[in-house]
Amino acid sequence: MPPALEPADFVWLCTFLRTESALVIDESKEYLVTTRLSPILRELGIASLPELVVQLKRRPMTTVHRRVIEAMTTNETSFFRDVHPFETLKNQVLPDLVRRRGSAGLNIWCAASSTGQEPYTIAMVLRDMFPDVAARSRIYCTDINTLVLERTRQGLYTQLEVNRGLPAPMLVKYFERKGSEWQVREELRRMIDTRVMNLAVPWTGMPTMDIVFIRNVLIYFDVPTKKQIITRIRSNMAMDGYLFLGGAETLLNIDDNFARSHEGKSTLYKRAA
Amino acid sequence: MNALVVDDSRAIRSVIARMLRGMGYSVAEAGNGRDALDQLAQSGSVPVLALLDWNMPVMDGYALLRELRANDRYLGTKIMMVTTETELERMQAALEAGADEYLMKPFTPDALREKLAILGLEAAA
Repeated sequence: MPPALEPADFVWLCTFLRTESALVIDESKEYLVTTRLSPILRELGIASLPELVVQLKRRPMTTVHRRVIEAMTTNETSFFRDVHPFETLKNQVLPDLVRRRGSAGLNIWCAASSTGQEPYTIAMVLRDMFPDVAARSRIYCTDINTLVLERTRQGLYTQLEVNRGLPAPMLVKYFERKGSEWQVREELRRMIDTRVMNLAVPWTGMPTMDIVFIRNVLIYFDVPTKKQIITRIRSNMAMDGYLFLGGAETLLNIDDNFARSHEGKSTLYKRAA
Repeated sequence: MNALVVDDSRAIRSVIARMLRGMGYSVAEAGNGRDALDQLAQSGSVPVLALLDWNMPVMDGYALLRELRANDRYLGTKIMMVTTETELERMQAALEAGADEYLMKPFTPDALREKLAILGLEAAA
C-alpha cells in the first residue's frame, strides 16, 4: 500500500489548494484528496502522495501543479443531475420568465459548470419549451478548470456519460454520433459561452443574469467566501432572477436577500433585494 | 412491483434481475421474445416494467416491443430497451415503436436507477 500523507503534508496541501483555487479542504475531506489525486500519480510519473507534495513545494509552477489543481477542481456532474431542479426550471422558472420577458433571450449562468452536462441540460429544456427564446439565449459556463471548459465547448460525451440521467428522446433529438462518442448538436453548442473564472475572486464582464445555477460547489468554500460569492452573484442578477443551489445547500446565514420557495421537490431562490 | 427481464444471455439477465430485486422488484425472466409472451399469457400478470434486449433468437426485442405495444393490456407497462445496439437509428426506431426508454450496454447500476427515475419508477423498497 503506498504511503499516506503525513499530517504536516496534508496541511501544506490544503493551504496550497486554498491559495491557488480557494478550495477549503479540512481533515474531514482527506478522503477527497486521496480519491482525486491518487489516480493522477501514475500519469505524472510520481510514486506516492508524499512525493507529490515534495514536487508541489517547488517553484515555479509546472504541469504537476496545474494537474493537481485540475484534479481537485473537477466536479462530478451528469445530465439532469438530481432531476427535480430541471422540473422546476421547466414548470415554474422558464414559464415565469418568458411571461415577463416575452420572446427576448435569457442569460443563464452555470457557475462551476465542470464538463458541461448541466448547461446542456438547461439548453435542451429551454429549446424544447421555447425554441424562439432559446435561439436568443446565452448560457454562460464558468469554471476554474480550463480542461473541463474545453470539453464543454466540444460537447463530446462517452456512452457512459450519455447513459446517465439523459432521457433517450433527448439523446436522439439533441445528439449525434461521433465515432464511439456522442456530440451535442450544433444548435445547442451555439448557445454556450465558456469563461475561465475563479468564483473566489471578483469578476467583471458578466451580463445581468436571469437564472444562475451554482450547485454543489459552495461546499468547498468557507463561510466568508460563500457570502462574498453569493453577494457578487446577486448583484449580477436581474431583480426577478432565479438562483438554484445544490439539493443539500442553503443560503441560511449566507444571504437573506433571496425569497425562498419550495417548488415540487426542489428549493428555489428568487432575488428579492 | 413486478418486472420482466428478457435477454438471451442468462448471465446478463441474472445481473439485471439482481439489480432490480435489490430495488424491491419481483422479477420474471425470459430468454427471447416468444418465451416472454408465453410467460405473460400463462401468468396473466402485467409487469410495471419490461427490460428488453434487442438481439435474441426466435423473437428479438424489437419484435417483442411491437407485440407488447399492440396489446392494450400492456399500455401501462414501461418498456426499456437494454442493448448493445447503440446506433441512433436503432434508438429512434425503438422509441417510435413505443419504447419508453433506452439503456445502452454496458451500464452501471446508477444508470439503471436513473433511467427508472426518468420512467417515474422509484425503487419499490
